[in-house]
Amino acid sequence: MTKGWTLYDPRLAWMLVAPVLLLLVVFLLLPIAMMAVYTFFTFVTAGVEESTLTLANWREFLTDSYYHGFLLKTLRVGAMTAVICGVLGYFPAYFIWATSFKHKWMLLLLLIVPFWISFTIRTFSWINILGEQGVINVALLRMGIIDEPLRMLYTEFAVIVGLVHFLLPYMILNVYVSLESIDRTLIAAARSMGCTGAQAFREVTLPLSLPGLAAGLLLCFVLAAGSYVTPQLLGSGRDALFGNLIYDTIMGQLNWPMGATLSIVLFVVLGIFAAIYTRYMGMSQIVKGLGG
Amino acid sequence: MPDTLQSTQTPRPVPAGADLSGNRATQPAVEFRDVEIAYGKFVAVRDFSLAIAKGSFVTLLGPSGCGKTTILRSIAGLVDITKGRISIGGRRVDDVPIYKRNIGLVFQSYALFPHKNVFDNVAFGLKYRNVSKAEIARKVGRALEMVRLPGSEKKLPSQLSGGQQQRIALARAIVFEPEVLLLDEPLSALDANMREEMRVEIKKIQRETGITAIFVTHDQEEALSMSDRIVVMNAGSIEQIGTPEEVYDTPATAFVADFLGKANMLAGKVSASTGTTATISLAAGQSATVVSPRPLAVGDAVTVVVRPQKLSVGKEQTSNHLSGRVLSTSYLGGSVIYEIDIGGGTMVRCHTAINGKPAREGEVIDLGFECDGCVLLDANGRRIS
Repeated sequence: MTKGWTLYDPRLAWMLVAPVLLLLVVFLLLPIAMMAVYTFFTFVTAGVEESTLTLANWREFLTDSYYHGFLLKTLRVGAMTAVICGVLGYFPAYFIWATSFKHKWMLLLLLIVPFWISFTIRTFSWINILGEQGVINVALLRMGIIDEPLRMLYTEFAVIVGLVHFLLPYMILNVYVSLESIDRTLIAAARSMGCTGAQAFREVTLPLSLPGLAAGLLLCFVLAAGSYVTPQLLGSGRDALFGNLIYDTIMGQLNWPMGATLSIVLFVVLGIFAAIYTRYMGMSQIVKGLGG
Repeated sequence: MPDTLQSTQTPRPVPAGADLSGNRATQPAVEFRDVEIAYGKFVAVRDFSLAIAKGSFVTLLGPSGCGKTTILRSIAGLVDITKGRISIGGRRVDDVPIYKRNIGLVFQSYALFPHKNVFDNVAFGLKYRNVSKAEIARKVGRALEMVRLPGSEKKLPSQLSGGQQQRIALARAIVFEPEVLLLDEPLSALDANMREEMRVEIKKIQRETGITAIFVTHDQEEALSMSDRIVVMNAGSIEQIGTPEEVYDTPATAFVADFLGKANMLAGKVSASTGTTATISLAAGQSATVVSPRPLAVGDAVTVVVRPQKLSVGKEQTSNHLSGRVLSTSYLGGSVIYEIDIGGGTMVRCHTAINGKPAREGEVIDLGFECDGCVLLDANGRRIS
């Protein structure tokens, strides 16, 4: 027996978290710090930068409305996606919670089934649905409802559809978990005091499930606003989001200092939203939602 | 709270020979007739008939799974009955949805709304009864005074102790003056001290308001100390209905005798019988002469039920004598509980005041009980009357 060691020794706790801590520092904190430093480097020409410190990148971002437009648009698309997910996601979550169906786990499993297919392939599938030769256009043309194909693919609409498809399960799980944590005798209590089913929902179920809804909204918003693949595949150049802008700056223009600046901007903006949420709701709700 | 509506009405003279069942004053507050409740194939409650008088405190007592909570929930409308009928104040409620039944419910888990403060919790029922804002504030204030938590309006349930939460739950259930107050094991989540305090408090509030209360518990002490009447239930049916004294002193069945106070069951056969007494030769070897309500046939199997408190220690002037070896002694300060082997594989419990030094384990002691200090059960476990 090692002298002086117990199961609750703080040294043991540190040893147990050390690998995770190391992982986070090396693969998360350090890269972000390096990016932050890069924002002050000087861009010479494509692929070349020197470590002379400058504020030029930040000046460019803060003064050029081209970037502001991208940022606002990204936040708008993220917000729209989150709200649509919230509206569409609450009902299935409520249904799974309220159903007396014996095999609830199967319904929950169905939510996870889409994750068995690669996210990229799932996104590609929308091309076959929304495209000029896609299911919808072909069907409508055959039925004679339209004369020429509708332009649905490579629009902001397609991007939002793809994002909702991707993010809806996160929303449903978050809402479901918060519904599941409601003590059902509260609803019986409300009913016994004179509430109809709908009134009991408004008084008890809805307010007590709001933390889950809020967690879902934040998660969907952050993931949508930070998305890159979906707008790349389903949007036209005009529908690119901030993530695509960063990709283009770094991989297209090979302007690493500017790319780093844009990355840090997105990181900070989304971080602020998460911080506001944590301030009012607590991060534990999101952890609960992700844990199922 | 007094029923102001009723007290202002002058009672109409009842014509001679009129059917009194329509008269509100004599009508039971809650009435069950041949109620059966089944979950699929499992019958939770069968042949349940019971009339509960207005303003009384009735306890449904039984082990878990006996159907007592199911009965309570059926009054509230939280479970549907499969047969029979339930009336509240003479109004049949089988098809009345829960929110129109006008009952107050107190849950074991308190079930306070965690997102609403005390005021909004207590005011909840009034909000759905078209009561003016000023009136709501007045009634909530009164209800909080009644449960001795005035001034707690702004607090959230999470800021209150378990006992305080249960008081708020009680205030919330009585504030809208429901026809019946249903209490589903409201004390079992509290610690022992708080439980005793709440027992007295609930009883006091019930008496002050004159509300009809139906209380569900598996705790015999709660049932005995609080109730006007006790309904002892087992396996979905009623074993006995009576006042606390009745069910304790004259248990109708072996189950009641055992469940309430763990009575001693002395098996035996009738060896002689007169019109008023019977001599029983006990399986333990002794014989006892006890009061019998009617002549018994010699040779009939009977059980003599003796409460642990009715057994006395020592060679006293009791009419029946037993003796046995002490198996265990539980010293309780003012009194002592012995477990005694009286032979024939029979173990009895004796709860007695301490007279001198308590007997030790292994010691042989004399026991006695009076001829009227017991109840006789027949071979089917039913009380002979």
